[in-house]
Amino acid sequence: MNHSNHSTRSEHIVNAGLYWLVFAILIAATFLTAWIATVDLGVFNTVVALVIATTKASLVVLIFMHVKYTSEKMTKAILISAVFWLILLLVLSLTDYSSRFAG
Amino acid sequence: MSDSPLALEHEARPELRHHFADEEQQRNAASLGMWWFLGTEIMFFGGMFCGYLVYRRVYFPEFAVASRSLDLVVGTLNTAVLICSSLTVAMSVRAAQLGKRKLQVQLLLATIFFGLVFLSVKGYEWRNKYKEHHIPTFDYNAISGEGDLTKGQESLLGLDKLKNDPVKLQERRAEIQQRSKLFFSLYFALTGMHAIHMVVGVGIFAVITFMAWRGKFTPEYHTPLEIAGLYWHFVDIVWIYLFPLLYLIDRRPGA
Repeated sequence: MNHSNHSTRSEHIVNAGLYWLVFAILIAATFLTAWIATVDLGVFNTVVALVIATTKASLVVLIFMHVKYTSEKMTKAILISAVFWLILLLVLSLTDYSSRFAG
Repeated sequence: MSDSPLALEHEARPELRHHFADEEQQRNAASLGMWWFLGTEIMFFGGMFCGYLVYRRVYFPEFAVASRSLDLVVGTLNTAVLICSSLTVAMSVRAAQLGKRKLQVQLLLATIFFGLVFLSVKGYEWRNKYKEHHIPTFDYNAISGEGDLTKGQESLLGLDKLKNDPVKLQERRAEIQQRSKLFFSLYFALTGMHAIHMVVGVGIFAVITFMAWRGKFTPEYHTPLEIAGLYWHFVDIVWIYLFPLLYLIDRRPGA
């Protein structure tokens, strides 16, 4: 570690404008997802709802939770591994149960 | 930041614990601990989400019809309330980074306010569910397909094909009753567990607000506020997924 490098020692202060922008997107996406659910898209209704939710969650994680700015690589490692295990849990369980009750 | 050697730096900063080299390391260690905890929280909620998704997949028609009994407008507005609280948390951390104490306290009070509004609205929704006999207890009497369904819902549940067979129709109604009950069990488990996290969050932020009011947080040290904020944002994210999964299963017109 090079302690003379002072730029890595102070926290990144996020621009207030960016917080407001993320907030506006999150609010808009909330109303968008509620509205689009009433439009008949067939099976894509669920897909669109989950894509919007994941976009919102990513914005919260990256900007509000400062993951985009952190100098600590372990934070990203924990996050990625937790999400990976979650996906493993959901995908494997769903493929199993989906094929069991098919037809 | 000063150029002073390590020992002097420790003397000058009472918040810096002696086993950390500098504030950045201390800060990272604290936030890493919270991230580990949030990792376990993802697993915790993940199990319930998994159970929900499996049953939603297997009993889709019943879940879709039961989901429509939730109030879409109230749910959407409550989601917006929670997003407002996330903004005020992020802004209060920023206020601490900039050393603005008064603004920090105001934003934290706003966060607690939004959190309490969310919980009150949730309570209002649960009260409606109680009145509709949608709470899965002995008094449960929800969607059974007797006069309370639209044409689209009846065809989704397969009731229209059983019109001429009263025995099978009765059997199917009992089945719908049971499966919609499962939806509401999962609904109350998921929103209830989320609400418990919200209550804990409001408690944490009451302490944090008190600390901020006492001037405990400076641009150099505001770790408790920062990691409490991580927790709050996480609870927000859980709701971001709960809202479409519970409220928006099938809202298409005519369905």
